[in-house]
Amino acid sequence: MSPLPRIVITGIGLASPNGSSLPEYRKSLLEGRSGVRKWSIRHVGETLAGVCEFDALRWQKKKELRRGTRAGSISIYCAGEALKDAGLDPAALDRSRIGVYIGTTEHGNVETENQIHEVAQYQFDLSFWSHHHNPRTVANNPAGEVTLAFGISGPAYCIGAACAAGNLGLIHGAQMLQLGEIDQALGGGVSESIHTFGIFASFRAQGALASNAVPERASRPFDRDRNGIVVSEGGCLYVLERLEDAQRRGARIQAELVGWHVNSDAADFVLPLAERQNECMRGALKRAQLEPGEVDIVSSHATATPQGDQQECEALRNVFGDSARTRINNTKSFIGHAMGAAGALELAGNLPSFEDGWVHPTINVDNLDPACEVRNLVTNQPQRLGRVDHILNLSFGMLGINSAVVLRRFRG
Amino acid sequence: MSREEIIDAIKDIIRTIAPDEDLSGLKSDLRLRDQIALDSMDFLDIVMELRKRYGVQVPEEDYKELATLDGCVSYLHPRLKDRPAKVGV
Repeated sequence: MSPLPRIVITGIGLASPNGSSLPEYRKSLLEGRSGVRKWSIRHVGETLAGVCEFDALRWQKKKELRRGTRAGSISIYCAGEALKDAGLDPAALDRSRIGVYIGTTEHGNVETENQIHEVAQYQFDLSFWSHHHNPRTVANNPAGEVTLAFGISGPAYCIGAACAAGNLGLIHGAQMLQLGEIDQALGGGVSESIHTFGIFASFRAQGALASNAVPERASRPFDRDRNGIVVSEGGCLYVLERLEDAQRRGARIQAELVGWHVNSDAADFVLPLAERQNECMRGALKRAQLEPGEVDIVSSHATATPQGDQQECEALRNVFGDSARTRINNTKSFIGHAMGAAGALELAGNLPSFEDGWVHPTINVDNLDPACEVRNLVTNQPQRLGRVDHILNLSFGMLGINSAVVLRRFRG
Repeated sequence: MSREEIIDAIKDIIRTIAPDEDLSGLKSDLRLRDQIALDSMDFLDIVMELRKRYGVQVPEEDYKELATLDGCVSYLHPRLKDRPAKVGV
């Protein structure tokens, strides 16, 4: 079998609670700026969330915005920004050869809740149930909205993978490119989850919803006083290409995707399992032909739940405990848990390390939980590393799905 | 509601549904869909808004009556003439 084509990132578009472009987002991560704020949602009342402020009308008309979903709008913004960043105009490409792969934790809850709320005002007379309900709630809605916005006619769909989904969009895009099914992939993940009360209520019922008098202090992975998840919205899509295609057109190559792995705990609906996380990390490193000691930054998944962080730290100690070189950080401490977008957004926040040589920290660690002690955890202040060659990005999700991707500084 | 108030009400609904459109030059005797970008989903939105705002149920066989602004007035005036123009939205 001939070697599979090498896959590179040539464009990044994102919407994060603390930045609507990669430079702005990176600046926030290096300066310790959180995107968590007070948030109010029906039935739940006052809570906290990561809320995005991107310009939704940059790539959409008002009518399209009204007709579509928040997840669709975030996806369109990220796709437009990613294509622009890659220097690609879809109209000048064979648009049947562009694929769109968007990871989602859930989709349809927002619109379903809105419709039930609406018909409740009319004593559940279903003549008031909207004809928009189905096109808004189908599982491919965010990817489909991207195809409508840019006239993309290639294979486009969403990948449901709980909170591992952002990595999955990236991985699937790479696989489709390697198979020769497409010439450009838009891959990553999105989240509109702050607009469904159900997700807040369910985390609260599970004892896993963060609370704090100071919103910016609420998301505190690894800290002794962490008390749960801050739910966030957001998105991040990457333009992926085969290396030879990117080089032929003289694209700016931002990183090479050299390894990935996806596996399943097969153990519990919600509780993570360190053993399978360990296997997932090692699987991704094996594909990348790397030893743990060659990884400079591990972008952890930790969501600030008491047990989840402990399990992940156990897996991290097992894989990276002997690596003096590896630094471990966490992006959720700044932006909360962006659900389906988390994997893709957290990776994006770290990618500039290849150029600037810094590793951003995990913030809000006032008292490190002894159960979360891992070697070289970068807390509260960024660290200057100098040269960064490899980043491992972790994303795990409910029903026991684990994902890991390895990115390499592009060497030519 | 007077005929003028019905036209204003329809335009207000269209303004919500098609916010990118300029409605200032809309001709009352020409088909709405020939003058501004309105598709079948938008049309269903108009019907839904009439139901929500004014309690008017437009059965599917009558949709064709709403093709022009004049058509809307002819169809809606008998049904709305005894209603006040100001309604809660």
